[in-house]
Amino acid sequence: MKGNRFFYYIREGINSIFNHGFMSFASVCIIVACLIIMGSFTLLALNVDAIIDTMESQNEILALVNDSFSEDQARAIGPLIEAIPNVSRAVYVSRDEAWEDFLDTYDNSSRFEGLDSDIIPDRYEVFLDDISLMAQTQKDIAEVAGVTDVMAPLSIMRGFVRIRNIVTIISIILVAMLFLISLFIMSNTIKLTTFERRDEIAIMKMVGATSLFIRWPFVVQGLILGLIGSLVSFLLEWGVYQVVVERIISNSGFAFMTFLPFSEVALPLLAAFAAVGLGVGTIGSLLAIRNYLKV
Amino acid sequence: MVQFIDVFKSYENGTKALRGVSFKIQDGEFAFLVGPSGSGKTTIIKLLTGEIAPTDGKVLVNDYDLSNIRFSKMPYMRRTLGVVFQDYRLIEDKTVYENVAFAMRVIGASAKEIRRRVPYVLELVGLDTRSRRHPQELSGGEQQRVAIARALVNNPRLIIADEPTGNLDPARSLEIMMLLQKINELGTTVLVVTHEKELVESFSKRVIAIDGGKIISDGMGGYYNYER
Repeated sequence: MKGNRFFYYIREGINSIFNHGFMSFASVCIIVACLIIMGSFTLLALNVDAIIDTMESQNEILALVNDSFSEDQARAIGPLIEAIPNVSRAVYVSRDEAWEDFLDTYDNSSRFEGLDSDIIPDRYEVFLDDISLMAQTQKDIAEVAGVTDVMAPLSIMRGFVRIRNIVTIISIILVAMLFLISLFIMSNTIKLTTFERRDEIAIMKMVGATSLFIRWPFVVQGLILGLIGSLVSFLLEWGVYQVVVERIISNSGFAFMTFLPFSEVALPLLAAFAAVGLGVGTIGSLLAIRNYLKV
Repeated sequence: MVQFIDVFKSYENGTKALRGVSFKIQDGEFAFLVGPSGSGKTTIIKLLTGEIAPTDGKVLVNDYDLSNIRFSKMPYMRRTLGVVFQDYRLIEDKTVYENVAFAMRVIGASAKEIRRRVPYVLELVGLDTRSRRHPQELSGGEQQRVAIARALVNNPRLIIADEPTGNLDPARSLEIMMLLQKINELGTTVLVVTHEKELVESFSKRVIAIDGGKIISDGMGGYYNYER
């Protein structure tokens, strides 16, 4: 591309933005609105995912060891359990330790006086890589010699999986819908610009301008509007996230939840916003101009 | 050079606009294409500018076969043409100079070439003193001169003027025709499409008459006889 043409495209694209100031402002606003909704749902989905990950990691299966096994025999089962697919680690808990934990849970209540650790067996706390495979892993552990019973919180696991799936599906549908809405608005904004300039475009075609030459200023216009929209929405999203997360965290009802710090998602979010903004701008302008280039 | 070889054109609504049209215009010629409304004149212009393709037959324009041209080649074919319209089709927010320069800029001419060529063409059409005016500040005849300058600026081999005097009084019409004749004398082929009988008769040029989608006469001045 010759240098003078490059600057011509940029100049024409920028001129067009200012010549149709209101529509440019409207399309940036629409992109910002759509990106903020998209971004908010993506951040919600990421946080739900992170929270579920944390809960998953704390959500273990209990494998109870045969009462008649000595401690050495019980400890020998550990490697067998860890060799099972989907088991990330298996922690041995002797009956004494388990009994102390149990009493701690109930603040050493006097109700349990007279009882001792003999009433409960040695056990393994088994942590999984993927809790959606919990039922199968439960069966596999039950088949290990020396394991008498496996207690798995299957209903809790199913709840987690369901929540994660619902949030993911809603996010994907919303992101797709909002992308299409942004595309439609952007395309129509540029279509209005092209409609106003249809005589100019016809003259350009008539004197022998190539379609590429005619198209570029509109693409530049779309790219600039898309980029402005994505940068503004990123900054707003940042502010909104800080405010919302701080309020939620300061609310004691949610104190058990840990939210992702914005710095951890900032770069991917900025990249995604820029990609969507630029994509909407480019595709929107190409859709808007195509009818005028058919002749 | 322009050549139509047994050209047929039917539109989707069933209208048969051209029915076996054949004619040839040599390089450097000046010709009128005349005929009543609906005779097929506009279809011939659209075929010449590549806006539509023939249903059958061959259309050759400046070494391009428009019956079989690739879409990507069309801009380069159009650079060999200059088209002048009845309604001028100038860009209102550009000055006379900018309107003419625009035609050069959009085909990628350098700023230096534009600065050299535009004043020359404006002088040729007698508008060198009006270059900073906007179209709405000019008379109809002057606006048509701007349109002719724009058509000329890329040094085309063929100028197609579609009813160039349709919006002008007789005196301004004659001026425009004299200008087109001058351009022809400088070596550019000129095809003027018109239905103004008096104007055609005042020039002793070739007249191609069309009616009902067929060429009904083709020859010097006296063959202008399409009226039924």
